[in-house]
Amino acid sequence: MPHDHHDHLSPSGHPYRQDNDGPLTYWQQMEIAVRELLIEKGVTTPSEIAAQIDAMDARSPANGAAVVARAWVDPEFKVRLLADASAASREMGFDIGPLNLIAVENTENTHNLIVCTLCSCYPRNLLGLPPDWYKTREYRSRAVREPRAVLREFGVDLPDSMQVRVHDSTADMRYIVLPARPAGTDGMTEVALADLVTRDSMIGTGLPRTSG
Amino acid sequence: MVRPSTMADRVRVKALMPPGHVRAPAYLRGKTGVIERRLGAFGNPEQLAYGHEAEQKQLVRVRFTMEELWGDVAEAPKDTVDAEIYEHWLEKA
Amino acid sequence: MSDIDGRRWHDMGGQTAGEIPLDGHDFALWEKRVDALMVLCGGKGLFTVDGLRRALEDMGEDAFEKHSYYERWIASVNQNLLEAGTYSLEELAQKMGEVAARGASYGEAQHDG
Repeated sequence: MPHDHHDHLSPSGHPYRQDNDGPLTYWQQMEIAVRELLIEKGVTTPSEIAAQIDAMDARSPANGAAVVARAWVDPEFKVRLLADASAASREMGFDIGPLNLIAVENTENTHNLIVCTLCSCYPRNLLGLPPDWYKTREYRSRAVREPRAVLREFGVDLPDSMQVRVHDSTADMRYIVLPARPAGTDGMTEVALADLVTRDSMIGTGLPRTSG
Repeated sequence: MVRPSTMADRVRVKALMPPGHVRAPAYLRGKTGVIERRLGAFGNPEQLAYGHEAEQKQLVRVRFTMEELWGDVAEAPKDTVDAEIYEHWLEKA
Repeated sequence: MSDIDGRRWHDMGGQTAGEIPLDGHDFALWEKRVDALMVLCGGKGLFTVDGLRRALEDMGEDAFEKHSYYERWIASVNQNLLEAGTYSLEELAQKMGEVAARGASYGEAQHDG
């Protein structure tokens, strides 16, 4: 991977990729040129681009976590989510655009895992942009052949009695895992439950946090 | 081509290897699975990718066992992979 | 890298590969702009996500290994816009030259907005 020289950390704790201060790269030069040509041609405007960046920045795993927590506390919502996850997400007020979303449910004997072997399709309009590992050759290659070994690298060791279902996002659908509600969370509020739902638990490479 | 009305529950992904933009992954070609659900019609990506008007193609989710995909070296034979496959890539199995 | 004749490089499912690298990074402004341009151009019907992927695939494995995600994306967005006739190669060449002449850093070369 290029660009691996990081001087400091961003607020999220990830290495910050040099941007404005670094030497102008060929690809940045192309981005500026394409953007300005699109503006000059009347295809788009600076404010439209800024609004699109804001819309994408506003999408995060917290949106998916809210959907999951609602399904944990509201059995009728869960039925609607499993029938049509796009409609259920919109019902909660999330602007997911034209996203065709399918929710797959983890149970005591089924664990679901999401991958895109052909590129890096991801439910970005609900969860935001995918983590880097989701786009790697390693994840894309191995998830459909040895999902259990992949899960162990993420710290998830499934018993043999658990069936693994891998979902390869090959076409127009995107997927979100509905993780199983952790034991010992009976008295918790919907908001507190949402805090237990991690990004990885909705991709299937993790499990929800346990309370306390 | 397998139309949805006549689509068998068991289907095989055609073992073709054309060049170009195709959304049927190579590891599934020639493999047999069962239809998990039907998703409706979507524009054919093999035409959209080149800027052409696209025919509407039925899309289905097909479930394959690890045993079918990887044989004796499957990590857990009864685990499954589901993938979306367009009708023109499927034949009756 | 390929165990099936005719298999393309991006079609990775089931291939042998190493441990999954779990380090991540936040996206830079220029990368977010590339993402926004793709979404906006798609929404306006200039090209499709399939066109984006097709150009990414046609860049080959070398580009996947050498260039970052959004470096490949801007190359693909540009390829599709050229094919759509949104602007000409001559216009692009002149604009890229102008951009490079503004300064040595992204901050100096970009216009705000």
